[in-house]
Amino acid sequence: MTKMKFVCDAERCIECNGCVTACKNANETAWGIQRRRVVTIDDGKPTEVSISVACMHCDDAPCMAVCPTDCFHKTDDGIVLHDKDLCIGCGYCLYACPFGAPQFPKQAAFGERGKMDKCTYCAGGPADTKEEEYEKYGANRIAEGKLPLCAEMCATKALMAGPTDTLTDLFRERMEKRGQSLDAWQPMHNDQSSETAATLNLDRMAYDASRQV
Amino acid sequence: MTFTPISLSWYRRLTSLALTLLLTCVLASSALASDPDAEIKQAIGGASQETWQDVGSTDNYIDSRAESTYSLINASGETWRQIRNTWVSPGGAIAILGMLAVLVVFYLIVGRKTLDEPLTGRMMLRWTALERALHWTMATLFILLALTGLNLLFGKLIFRPLFGDGFWAPMIAGTKLVHNYLGPLFSIVLILVLAKWLTINIPKKHDWTWFKQGGGVVGNAHPDAGFANGGEKAWYWLLASAGLVVVVTGLIMDFPIFGQSRDTMQWMNVLHGIGSLGLTAVALGHIYIGTLGMEGAFSAMKTGYVDEAWAKQHHNLWYEEVMNKADAEPKEKAVDDGTAKAHRPN
Repeated sequence: MTKMKFVCDAERCIECNGCVTACKNANETAWGIQRRRVVTIDDGKPTEVSISVACMHCDDAPCMAVCPTDCFHKTDDGIVLHDKDLCIGCGYCLYACPFGAPQFPKQAAFGERGKMDKCTYCAGGPADTKEEEYEKYGANRIAEGKLPLCAEMCATKALMAGPTDTLTDLFRERMEKRGQSLDAWQPMHNDQSSETAATLNLDRMAYDASRQV
Repeated sequence: MTFTPISLSWYRRLTSLALTLLLTCVLASSALASDPDAEIKQAIGGASQETWQDVGSTDNYIDSRAESTYSLINASGETWRQIRNTWVSPGGAIAILGMLAVLVVFYLIVGRKTLDEPLTGRMMLRWTALERALHWTMATLFILLALTGLNLLFGKLIFRPLFGDGFWAPMIAGTKLVHNYLGPLFSIVLILVLAKWLTINIPKKHDWTWFKQGGGVVGNAHPDAGFANGGEKAWYWLLASAGLVVVVTGLIMDFPIFGQSRDTMQWMNVLHGIGSLGLTAVALGHIYIGTLGMEGAFSAMKTGYVDEAWAKQHHNLWYEEVMNKADAEPKEKAVDDGTAKAHRPN
């Protein structure tokens, strides 16, 4: 089964926050909850760069590993979803998450945080009815055959969503056009398909993609 | 009259300027349009590899999320996960189950520590009502916190598959409530207990001898012991150190209203886990000695009184001290009648 992923092309992100707004609108998240954020590094300097981040639906998700209630599950598409009926708002997923994705509606004494909320890849979550699903988790665009709204609405197509293979191909094409090194893709043509090789490739890809030509 | 030539020359200059500008624009745009690949290459941003390497530690970022203090990558999250999941939780399970196993084996092999001499029927007051109330309040809270804490750490491996989500959801939600609301109460009681029993737990020279003889746990040695023996003092100081660490780290995690960072919470969680799992393991030993392990020990904390024979065997220095005082006092207040008042060194 193919894995659904997000990729954000930092060379294209113009920090318009359109993804943030699109997400907020599609999912009608509670006041103060913003599932997607845009991080800008070196703001105002020539080296300024922005990138849109939300839950990245990790293969080996740290949130799933530390959750005391085991409220997370991974769909066949590789999307990490959580059950708000099981969530106790302990905050562990936030401590473990590399991307600061989990958010809580409140943060009060005695660890009262309410139910955790995070990006669902516009795939809803466990609920009995569609109304309940929308109320708890927001849109389920995946069920309608649509991609997450943030990526669909990205004006510069910096933020992309889709199956891993498609995204890698698209990204490789872009890097080729920019004259960036494509070394990372070379071993993929060999039969080095182990997880270690894939991780190595990702590292090299990240390096190549950030190198100036 | 003189206006005409001047305005005419201005008009000519403006026209030529406009033409030049127009020409430049057309030429420039056609030049760029002819090589879009070159434009793409030039448009590559200034972010270097170092920029991406530093995203986890740099402060040089802004976040579009309100009041966010989250850098792009929370690098310590994975470290915390590894420490917690591969060391703290299995370590705690080994410590607690290991302690249980040791106690069971010890009980089966060595058995209950009985009194060498028959009961005299003369009772000595060991713990006042206030002290017993404090002890049992702390004990109840400790057991509740230990059970809920263990459920937070291991419950998902046992109760979720056993009972299903319909039971597990309220169970774990209740567990968190109990743990988070009783924790601060335990902190208060622990501090009261530590303050109340500080004077009887000052280490003395004979305590060291007590430890060297293994507290007389195995064999028939009866090392000197005052009101509190070496083991009881060790338990006191363990609570005064590890216990306070657990309390402080717990309070920091329980009140996330002072802007604690994720890094702070990760470390608090690790310390809280190590401290509380260790204390739980040692508490099992304490509970064993106080109930099954030693004849006559439980009545001390139940009724407050111990038999003279018990005191003589287990706390000889205390016994002698009380006896000397009792001798000096009028006979009716002596230990003989079971209502002795001169019972405590502090």
